[in-house]
Amino acid sequence: MRTRKSDASGAKTGKSSALRKFGCYLGQIPVLGWLLGSLVAVIIESTLSYPLARSLGLPNIPAIFGLRLVFTKPLLIPSALLFVFIVYAVPIVLVAALTASATNKLSGLLLKKFPMVVPVVIHLVFLYAIMHVWGSINDYRVLMLSFILVSIILTLSLNLVNGYMGEFSCSHPGFMALGAYGCSVLTLIFFVNDDLFGAALLPQAWGPFLFPLCLIGGGIVASLGALVVAIPSFRTRGDYLAIISLAFTFIVKSLIENLEVIGGPRGLMNQPKFAGLPIVFVWMCLCVWVCVNFTRSIIGKAANAVRDNETAADAMTINTRRTKMVTFLLAAFWAGVAGGLFAHIIGYINPSTFGILKLSEVLAMVYLGGLNSVVGSIAGAVGLQFLMEILRPLAMLKWIVIPVLLIIVMIRRPAGLISFTEFKVENIIRPRRKKER
Amino acid sequence: MTLIDFFRHFTNALQWGSFYALIALGYSMVYGIMMLFNFAHGDIFMVGAYIGMFISSGLVGLSTLGILVLPGWAILVLTIITCMILTSFVGMAVERIGYRPLRGAPRASAAITGLMIGIILETGNLALLGAQRRKYPELIEKVTYHIGPVNVTNTKFIIVFLSILLMIALHQFIRRTKWGMAMRAMAYDFVVVPLMGVPMNLIAVLTFALGSALAAAAGTFFGIAYPVLEPYMGMIIGWKAFVAAILGGRGSIVGAALAGYLLGFIEIFVAAIFPSTLRDLIAYSIILLILTIRPHGFFGEAYSARLRI
Repeated sequence: MRTRKSDASGAKTGKSSALRKFGCYLGQIPVLGWLLGSLVAVIIESTLSYPLARSLGLPNIPAIFGLRLVFTKPLLIPSALLFVFIVYAVPIVLVAALTASATNKLSGLLLKKFPMVVPVVIHLVFLYAIMHVWGSINDYRVLMLSFILVSIILTLSLNLVNGYMGEFSCSHPGFMALGAYGCSVLTLIFFVNDDLFGAALLPQAWGPFLFPLCLIGGGIVASLGALVVAIPSFRTRGDYLAIISLAFTFIVKSLIENLEVIGGPRGLMNQPKFAGLPIVFVWMCLCVWVCVNFTRSIIGKAANAVRDNETAADAMTINTRRTKMVTFLLAAFWAGVAGGLFAHIIGYINPSTFGILKLSEVLAMVYLGGLNSVVGSIAGAVGLQFLMEILRPLAMLKWIVIPVLLIIVMIRRPAGLISFTEFKVENIIRPRRKKER
Repeated sequence: MTLIDFFRHFTNALQWGSFYALIALGYSMVYGIMMLFNFAHGDIFMVGAYIGMFISSGLVGLSTLGILVLPGWAILVLTIITCMILTSFVGMAVERIGYRPLRGAPRASAAITGLMIGIILETGNLALLGAQRRKYPELIEKVTYHIGPVNVTNTKFIIVFLSILLMIALHQFIRRTKWGMAMRAMAYDFVVVPLMGVPMNLIAVLTFALGSALAAAAGTFFGIAYPVLEPYMGMIIGWKAFVAAILGGRGSIVGAALAGYLLGFIEIFVAAIFPSTLRDLIAYSIILLILTIRPHGFFGEAYSARLRI
């Protein structure tokens, strides 16, 4: 049946068809092409864009794609848009489109001839290169990227418990606190001459190499704390577990405030800044890898079964105790790692960071992104952290805009924006061939 | 601890527990009837305290200006009643905006929405009224009664007496009136009872209104007892009253009140016996222990025979 806007060949004519064709064309560029384009764009930005920014009237290269200028200096919005168009949009699309056939062939080759590890690592290296060059402009960007990556780890760990296992757990600030303090204590004992713990036991030069062990130590401390929440969870579910986990968070915070030997309410400081962007990125990739494999494994599917109907799962020979224990301990471990990284990015922690506000923030990230999906967690963490940075000029009003946004998301999509989606790496990095003409 | 100290802590705990009990009643009612946790309840308590402060300041101002001279106790009664009515409107607005669209959604989403509404209330207060702490005007002169060797102030009496009065009033309302019967029916079966002609939306609004009125009363009493108000005061008390509501058993009103008083007693006596910095630690460990031994609270059922959406 021909509509008014079709011609004889059945294709829609008019403005919409040009846009559609462009969209179709862009859809045939694989992820590798986009990464290449982005890399070229950020290289252009870091080397050549300062004169362009000055000539457009911007005081400096805009920090977050000019999105903050909307609030601070609205008059500069057109020049910021022009800057973003010239420095980002044009090179990305151009390079991606021009190299489309080459990158398609390369992606296909990598997927077919090499084990999965090789293309994934290549893509991750590109991703890290983009982040590194983008962040080289100023330290603020590096700090923001580090916090975003740490939030991704935290959100993923909470999604394991809230999304995949369906428990409303308020204990993650407690796990993060335990991990942060555990890791900081280890680093301070071994590598720093400190008032609290005395002289360093090992030379400082060994620090960056033994830092992963300290992080794992912090994660183990957090996992041991998770036993306090996991064991009561065998007998209760749902609302009572929420209370037990909430009580756990209060207890951890109060415990830390009362232990003068680790600083008490004043907190710990002077942690060496071992958590540079590459380290945080590597740990984030490890976390995503472990969590994706967990969700695909038997225990991950058992966690889903426990969420849907615990009695039925038990009747189907799933060991619900073991499932709950493993999920809680794994989630706590990664929350502890996130806490340790957080402590070493800024070099100072104190117990009030890990209170109700942190709980609200991390729950917001999980529910904004989506339950039971790795992509959702990453999207939620990145989105919320970006939003908090962009809305920073609004000061207090930031905490009105973000909750309103979250309420709207909850009303429209109660399980989050991207929920219940599988994370298939093959689908992401596969070549998208041009259709036969 | 001497007997005098014990009596002093006892009266303190009664007063402190009254706040928890009144707020926990709101949580428990909403949970029992609508099967969701209203995490914005602590902030409704804060809103109630602020509204009470404004009303009483206004009335005291009118009195001093000579326009409308009222004795202190009349201002108190007027403040409490008006504050309860106004805050119930706030509660009804919260239900309409935040919870009614999510009626069929998973409970966790409604909980998150409640949390966000709470943050909006806190930040809105901070943005509108500034960060300065406000003082609650003194409505009744503090008279200290000396009963033998112990001293009791009249404010404590009034607060505990009025709280218990309000709780008894709520209990009678739920037991004896038709609307109370409708609420109990909704708590019994959320799905079928609306099919029998009970208006679900009205019951929801009524539940929130009653809960918010009680929280507002708690806020006013809190202002009388501790006259400094700040925007984040609802956060800690709200979460602790939530713990008390669960401790009392899901949906049980008597349980929530008793658990609120128990929590008040635990906190005050723990702070009296042990160093006070360990108060939260020990109080929550005790609660954790109680919940591990009896996971469903005092008056809760081990499983629920009720049909749930």
